[in-house]
Amino acid sequence: MNRTRKTFQYTMLLLLALGVAACDLPPMDSEQQGFRGTGMAQIDNPEDVERVANANQPSAPLPAAPVVPGPKAGEIYQNVQVLGDLGVAEFIGLMTAITQWVSPEQGCNYCHNPANLAEDSVYTKVVARRMLEMTRHINVDWTDHVADTGVTCYTCHRGKPVPDYIWFKGNELKDTSGIAASRMGQNLASPSVGYSSLPYDPFTALLNTPGANAKVRSGTALPTGETASMGKTESTYALMIHMSESLGVNCTYCHNSRAFREWDQSTPARVTAWHGLEMARSLNIDYLEPLQPVYPASRLGPTGDAPKLNCSTCHQGVNKPLYGINDLENFPALSAYLFDQKTEQDSLLAYIEQSEQLASKTTDTD
Amino acid sequence: MPMLNFEKKYRVRGGTLMGGDLFDFWVGPFYVGFFGITTIFFSVIGTALIVYGAAIGPTWNIWQINIAPPDLSYGLGWAPMTEGGLWQIITICATGAFVSWALREVEICRKLGMGYHVPATFAVAIFAYVSLVVIRPVLLGAWGHGFPYGILSHLDWVSNVGYQHLHFHYNPAHMLAITFFFTTTLALSMHGGLILSATNPPKGEVVKTPEYEDTFFRDAIGYSIGTLGIHRLGVFLAVAAVFWSAVCIIISGPFWTKGWPEWWSWWLELPVWH
Repeated sequence: MNRTRKTFQYTMLLLLALGVAACDLPPMDSEQQGFRGTGMAQIDNPEDVERVANANQPSAPLPAAPVVPGPKAGEIYQNVQVLGDLGVAEFIGLMTAITQWVSPEQGCNYCHNPANLAEDSVYTKVVARRMLEMTRHINVDWTDHVADTGVTCYTCHRGKPVPDYIWFKGNELKDTSGIAASRMGQNLASPSVGYSSLPYDPFTALLNTPGANAKVRSGTALPTGETASMGKTESTYALMIHMSESLGVNCTYCHNSRAFREWDQSTPARVTAWHGLEMARSLNIDYLEPLQPVYPASRLGPTGDAPKLNCSTCHQGVNKPLYGINDLENFPALSAYLFDQKTEQDSLLAYIEQSEQLASKTTDTD
Repeated sequence: MPMLNFEKKYRVRGGTLMGGDLFDFWVGPFYVGFFGITTIFFSVIGTALIVYGAAIGPTWNIWQINIAPPDLSYGLGWAPMTEGGLWQIITICATGAFVSWALREVEICRKLGMGYHVPATFAVAIFAYVSLVVIRPVLLGAWGHGFPYGILSHLDWVSNVGYQHLHFHYNPAHMLAITFFFTTTLALSMHGGLILSATNPPKGEVVKTPEYEDTFFRDAIGYSIGTLGIHRLGVFLAVAAVFWSAVCIIISGPFWTKGWPEWWSWWLELPVWH
């Protein structure tokens, strides 16, 4: 009897210790999101807030690229397709900044062949050119999402050639055979969907398919009108959890959950977020996926697709990436069109065609 | 009004916790007592303030009347009457009335010379209410974290607070609470079915004894907890359901601020397979 009681006491103590260890402790910070009493609030652990802040430091301030009269980069250097209209000093300033933002350790040669800087022989140079076009496209055409803050290379790259938060199409893992072999794309406790059992790749369907729509809520009380399948609903829920985790907020940052669908009951942040989803889908389809033939196999996903972006790529746990601090104003070339977009896309297509021809030739000689 | 057969035992003096003999009397069939007075005091003021709150609010629609707690910016201080102050006083009145009622039950138990099962069990329900409007708000540092008083508005609050943690079904205490709530209803329905069957025999047969009841469950599921045991089980299940729901909301915010699915990563990080 005594022994049973002791075992019971020790078990309870152990459970209590485990329970305490698995939790945080007050005090917490909280911020109200909606009308008082609606339960729309962000509650944060100050320790988490500090950790996220430390992980989201802005880049070391860079000097403004000097805009001075003189010869254009396109006149002095060869093969300057995107930034040819920049003055030489501004051009060099921007190149230096890009190195700081993207490949500070690897330096210029991460993209350039040191023997001939103009050459497109290194694949990263072709990718970087397209990224410059994408950055400009975001800053000019997606102000509904990025506002005047805009983005620079550093917003995603953070001093790393490959950004920390990218995604590939989900690979259906098979740990066994027969009817248990398929996970149906879920139950993986993936960090991309906040460790929930929801579909771990909501991105292919919702952020990489033209015309995709996350809307699943019916406008009627009973399922009589528009209906969405359970699968589509779970994909949307997974994407929403991804958004929350990416921005370090909860569902009530945008929604009053009594009526998720209603815009007039949502917070203004939902409008910005909606444009963000549209933007992410458009960038994946128009800019990132088409780069697939340019990458070497080591940069592709398990199913051979190009690396793509989602909310985490820029946000990285903060509702406003890098708390809205960047050097964009020092590099006006990143937020204005100097060239025709059509020409830009054509030049990429021409490059891909060329390299494919080159590749097939190499195969022929083998 | 004729006396019920148990009232001879009930209507005895003494056993009061407070007020001595002053309020130790009955009005018709109702025992008054010191805590009966405080119950009436708090519930009349509280109800009047709710009606006042409805009167100064935008609607008399019973579903939409809403008396909301203060903005979070007031912290644990007093808010102006029309901006949450009313909610604060109503909360005091409600807690006062509930606790008074529980203590009145204690006095009645003492008069009857029985155990405190009824007030103790009711106290768990009071604890659940106090967790929501006092304990959790105090731990989070603002009365504004309490739930609003309104039929629909308090449901909206429940929904939003759940979504503060992305997916509330992953809250371990919520899992326990739901399981206990469902088990309570399962036990009650099985018990109710059993009693109704035993006491409503076909025409010409007599009411069945507990031996029949035990035999039914021994045949059906191999075990019968018995006539006293089922009531102990009922109390345990109900109290456990309420206790874990109080725990599940107290830990949401004060002890865990992120999504509940993420909390389970401790399982993924166990050294056995990590």
